[in-house]
Amino acid sequence: MEGESICEVDSGDGLGADIISTVEFNHTGELLATGDKGGRVVIFQREPESKNEPYNQGEYNVYSTFQSHEPEFDYLKSLEIEEKINKIKWLPQQNAAHSLLSTNDKTIKLWKITERDKRPEGYNLKDEEGKLKDLSTVTSLQVPVLKPMDLMVEVTPRRIFANGHTYHVNSISVNSDCETYMSADDLRINLWHLAITDRSFNIVDIKPANMEDLTEVITASEFHPHHCNLFVYSSSKGSLRLCDMRASALCDKHSKLYEEPEDPSNRSFFSEIISSVSDVKFSHSGRYMLTRDYLTVKVWDLNMETKPVETYQVHDYLRSKLCSLYENDCIFDKFECAWNGSDSVIMTGAYNNFFRMFDRNTKRDVTLEASRESSKPRAILKPRRVCVGGKRRKDDISVDSLDFTKKILHTAWHPTENIIAIAATNNLYIFQDKVNSEMH
Amino acid sequence: MSRKVELSLLLYGLLLSSMGEEEGLHQTQFLDTMFVRGLKRKCFDGEEDIEGTLAGIKAIPSYNLQRQSLLDMSLVKLQLCHMLVEPNLCRSVLIANTVRQIQEEMTQDGTWQMINTQSTGQASLDRLVSTDILCRSSRDQAEGKHVPAYGTFNKDFESDQAQDSSETMSTASSVQAPRNLQSNVWEMENPQENKGNFQKSLDQIFETLENKSPNSVEDLFSEVDNSYYDLDTMLTGMMSNTKMGHCDNLETFSTPTNTASNSNCKSDLNDLDHIVEILVES
Repeated sequence: MEGESICEVDSGDGLGADIISTVEFNHTGELLATGDKGGRVVIFQREPESKNEPYNQGEYNVYSTFQSHEPEFDYLKSLEIEEKINKIKWLPQQNAAHSLLSTNDKTIKLWKITERDKRPEGYNLKDEEGKLKDLSTVTSLQVPVLKPMDLMVEVTPRRIFANGHTYHVNSISVNSDCETYMSADDLRINLWHLAITDRSFNIVDIKPANMEDLTEVITASEFHPHHCNLFVYSSSKGSLRLCDMRASALCDKHSKLYEEPEDPSNRSFFSEIISSVSDVKFSHSGRYMLTRDYLTVKVWDLNMETKPVETYQVHDYLRSKLCSLYENDCIFDKFECAWNGSDSVIMTGAYNNFFRMFDRNTKRDVTLEASRESSKPRAILKPRRVCVGGKRRKDDISVDSLDFTKKILHTAWHPTENIIAIAATNNLYIFQDKVNSEMH
Repeated sequence: MSRKVELSLLLYGLLLSSMGEEEGLHQTQFLDTMFVRGLKRKCFDGEEDIEGTLAGIKAIPSYNLQRQSLLDMSLVKLQLCHMLVEPNLCRSVLIANTVRQIQEEMTQDGTWQMINTQSTGQASLDRLVSTDILCRSSRDQAEGKHVPAYGTFNKDFESDQAQDSSETMSTASSVQAPRNLQSNVWEMENPQENKGNFQKSLDQIFETLENKSPNSVEDLFSEVDNSYYDLDTMLTGMMSNTKMGHCDNLETFSTPTNTASNSNCKSDLNDLDHIVEILVES
């Protein structure tokens, strides 16, 4: 992979408001949106390839920045509502404008992004600044003409979907029907129509009658890419539930339950915590699901509920450190996962700014690092290795010297090409694969 | 060391010191090696005599000690919740499940009944707590629902009531935190103990999960006394600590120190810190 265009999304105010909290490519890959802890959204646009400057082709530059969410205060509960953007999802483009949904813990907003590159000139009644002309100076009539101007990107909030959630929203997913979308919090999932903000349908509710019986929460959810009636949600106990909205209005009863029985030899007090699924993604084909729990990524076949078809170890060397990781709360980190366009490679983040890729066909995997030193523009990324004692090669990192504050939780893969976006705290890295090389 | 680190040390140190000096020797590395093997003992076979082990060599604590410290750690985590922002429900549920798991195992082991008072002045903090308390809504508490729980534990606890009430407020305010938590469950019939102090703080955590009815809010504030304020200060001071979530904590927990005497000053300082923090962020 060739390292390229390190974009730093850093406001420098030192309060951590610029920590990136979500990354998402749009459906063509032309635009890349990032959300941060301060409630801002930054959209990058890919430069069109041109023959004149072959080295600039495909670079992502800032297209637009806007404040999506502001901090709020819930007076009833005397609690702050964070403005951190939890998820961004693009709507499929239906006209010249782009639309995206962004959400914090409580409120989802629909934003419309439009371009303006022409403006009318030659009004009869107004002058250039827009002030009314003295009518006595108007001697002849003219037809206003459109003149080109510097590109202006305008972002407007079109819908605000508020008051739908008591608990913290962890996922949003746009349906393939392009009319509805769902939002999931810890205990409930709501179905919204994109044009209607004052009501939503509750389609999943796992809140127990008695909160003291609560033992499981919803951790992620997603609509099937092709079947608008199917969606999946994952739980903190490591199970996946596929639901069919045609079956009933309230999809508390799953159509399929995907759960892998626990390995008795590996059982510990932390077994449940590390089995909690932090992310679930359908493959582009719609045939498989990808899940991430603390130590592994798993590929599930929709037709097989008993166990995943593939399991990949992300950082198994942490298995002996679980107590320390529990103590410093790292065990609760929620890593995301991603498919490449052809569903042949999966990617997920880890600690020390490492991220991992697994080729499903060759069964090869690679560990790469997103850091300034190793990522000069157009430098080739060097594979990294974590050694667990025993033979130690040069450049290997030992488990004990891993930096657990540098975690790569959010990653995204271009829908069709080998371009990946990696969020490392407050830096965004974009890597491109110029030559279609194999994993090594 | 920063003040934030010192305060988390304080609470953890207090928990450990209650277990006795020698038991505080354990370090998380040892915990890791024990837990990864998933050792499960079916019968309680007594704790190792750690005092008797070779001086200068750190003994690997027994499984029971390991399990106990994991329980304590989990309880501390549940208590140290963000009070400004709603706590992460997933994390709370996972920790509560871990506590429940440990409890169940300890019940099977029979070690539950063995947990009893120390000879020290402070009541022991290593009490197991029914997770019912942790997940209870405030309304249930106000109605004084009896918790269907562990009978033997109930009896053991009542014998310590006298000991509890003799505590002084200042330094004991932080110590009382976890103890009061347990005390309130079985408290319905024992009004002499300060009812609902810490329970209310904890209730705040879980109340945020449900809409409060006006009545329960009044109940919450109906019996406030001094220790509640001390506790509140302490807890709100704790907030700044939990923002870490990084490896800094590893160091703080590896060397527990006796900072009980400084608790008062620290809580005042952290109170100020907290206020400044709110002002700055707004």
